[in-house]
Amino acid sequence: MTADPRAPAPPLHTFHGGLVLPGNREHTMNAPLRQAGIPPVLVLPLLQHIGSAAQCLVTPGDRVLKGQRLAAARGTVSAPIHAPSSGTVVAVEPRPFPHPSGFATPAIIIETDGRDEWLDPGEVPADYRAMDAARLVNHIRQSGIVGLGDAGFPTQVKLGSSLRHHIEILVINGAECEPYITCDDRLMQERAAEIIEGVCILRHILKPDRCIIALENHMGAASSAMQAAIDNTGDKWLSLVSVPDRYPSGGERQLIRILTGKEVPSQGYPADIGILCQNVGTTAAIYQAIVHNRPLLSRIVTVTGAGVKQPGNIEALIGTPFSDLIETCGGYRGPVDRLLMGGPMMGFTVSSDTVPVIKTTNCILAATREEMPLPPAEQACIRCSKCTDVCPADLLPQQLFWHSHSGDLDAAQDYHLFDCIECGCCAYVCPSHIPLVQYYRHTKAEIWAREKQKRASDLARRRHEARLERLERIRLERTERLARKKRALDNSANPATDPKQAAIQAALERVRRKKAASDVVPGNVDNLTREQQQRIRAVDARRQHTDEDS
Amino acid sequence: MLTALLTLGLLAGLIGLLLGYSAIRFRVDSDPVVVQIDALLPQTQCGQCTYAGCRPYAEAIAAGEADINQCPPGGESTIQALADLLGKDPKPLNPEHGEHKEQTVVVIDEQICIGCTLCIQACPVDAILGAPKQMHTVIRDECTGCDLCIPPCPVECIHVTAVETTLENWIWPAPGEGPPASTATGTLQQAPR
Repeated sequence: MTADPRAPAPPLHTFHGGLVLPGNREHTMNAPLRQAGIPPVLVLPLLQHIGSAAQCLVTPGDRVLKGQRLAAARGTVSAPIHAPSSGTVVAVEPRPFPHPSGFATPAIIIETDGRDEWLDPGEVPADYRAMDAARLVNHIRQSGIVGLGDAGFPTQVKLGSSLRHHIEILVINGAECEPYITCDDRLMQERAAEIIEGVCILRHILKPDRCIIALENHMGAASSAMQAAIDNTGDKWLSLVSVPDRYPSGGERQLIRILTGKEVPSQGYPADIGILCQNVGTTAAIYQAIVHNRPLLSRIVTVTGAGVKQPGNIEALIGTPFSDLIETCGGYRGPVDRLLMGGPMMGFTVSSDTVPVIKTTNCILAATREEMPLPPAEQACIRCSKCTDVCPADLLPQQLFWHSHSGDLDAAQDYHLFDCIECGCCAYVCPSHIPLVQYYRHTKAEIWAREKQKRASDLARRRHEARLERLERIRLERTERLARKKRALDNSANPATDPKQAAIQAALERVRRKKAASDVVPGNVDNLTREQQQRIRAVDARRQHTDEDS
Repeated sequence: MLTALLTLGLLAGLIGLLLGYSAIRFRVDSDPVVVQIDALLPQTQCGQCTYAGCRPYAEAIAAGEADINQCPPGGESTIQALADLLGKDPKPLNPEHGEHKEQTVVVIDEQICIGCTLCIQACPVDAILGAPKQMHTVIRDECTGCDLCIPPCPVECIHVTAVETTLENWIWPAPGEGPPASTATGTLQQAPR
């Protein structure tokens, strides 16, 4: 279905595999967006996305204002962090955060003062139409925007690399395909105009030939709202396309396949085939950053599952603990078996509800045991090939499983393990209940670890070789120095070369010549007694002896 | 008859020249086998193989003087890789040279260190920083865990520690190891109304 009746419907393509899953979205997609308010304490982990952690710029005791930069981006794939509300920094210390490892990471803890005072924005933002692309991309970088869909890839990196290619199609991804999650749906229903304005900013930056906004068939209300917003602009350049409800149609590669029939190359990026994909939430955040000069301070989170009393979509400040959001939703309904960040297919369990909302938190799923029973015990693979039938990345999950299971990392890579998007379709259909995705994640991590080890051993080799070279150089220098000294010593015995020795020799020579030349004759030597003659002889002999010595 | 012989002989000569020329002109330089072996070794430079470092061990393997199972830090995987490269049968690690352990790093107890520089002289990868009568320290990221600095230390201030698991080197546990899988796939039900 094409929502725009004036433009001819672009033919839709299809991707291999995928699943039609129970949506479980009814509770949240029709409830209006609620505000979580300002929590007493905000916890801002320095690591909130793929890439490097940000560098903290504040110290405990600092008073911070809303929108103030608290941490700077470190490296290219990194994003700054801003204060979501005004208050005092009480600590910078490791805190648990949403991560499958359950580890803690350094975080900035702010005690809010409830006044929500904005930092003086300084210069008023100019009209973006008068700004060049590089300046806009830099502004997006300064605003700390990362992909709000799922992975959290810093947006400026994606835009920056797209500037080097010609982008034919800009795809705005509103096809939220994972069960339970409705945050993008709700955003499109309530803030369609913001998204469209964000699309216009992206258009100004990227100059694409056309733009497709994609959403799923089940999003009727969002589709009408978006169509109305598009009509308001009176722009024929935008088209709204509704894609069939089939998980994972919202995956970047799968959506591009549906819309254009093109395949993103293995290990490549959509920009390689002239396409850029941005999430609707990210697009709205770009609008806020460019038009209102507001950094990314909050996001919409779907709080759902049978374990919460009033499921719904909540706009929460980044750093709000999960427990505060659960409170906003009326608290827990009963015993919750598992608390997940993300959806039931790709999400992961978090260690406790004290972890904060981070930039990539699209959904908090409080699941009960009935809703999400523990998987039955893993059984042997029966080679039914159901996993291959549903794989949306056209991989051979069964082969990947064998190689992952036996630890054959090279073979797993040969079967394109890194093209796996970890959507979970294969594990969902597996009749033997093999946790395939976990095998793949483990194997991917092993491969990364092996590469890291390889780099470390290359470094050790270089350092060892440098050391051997240095020791050899020092040895040669010492031999050379010794040889020089020895030569100097040998030379010292030779008067022909040493001036000191030559002077001594000359002096001796002078004395000898003087002595030889003297004609002193002993006098008064007549009529001496025998005794006197003897004493004279003895003195002469002594003198003779001394002369010989010298 | 003679024409045929001459023609064929001439052709053979020409083609031979052409082949000889192209063998020289288009020669592909492959890595000498020593370099290939050295690339597979873990570069701890620990000397447990009885050679003075990884490179000398690689040279000994290439010369056929040493066996491929003398490297404890590399363990099974290195033996397997060497066997694949050299077309030999893999064999278990020779226990004479030690046993395979998880990688460790050393730390210097800076309260006790007297600044004698003996460990600096022992470190094969220059991972220890210090000066005479100044406190020494180990550059953690560059320590290969060879433990060569431990015997020379006169005050026994160098200790072996395990490499800590942090966010940077954490890896997803394999199914069956560690906490239960965090993905919920395979069990999704319709939510109760």
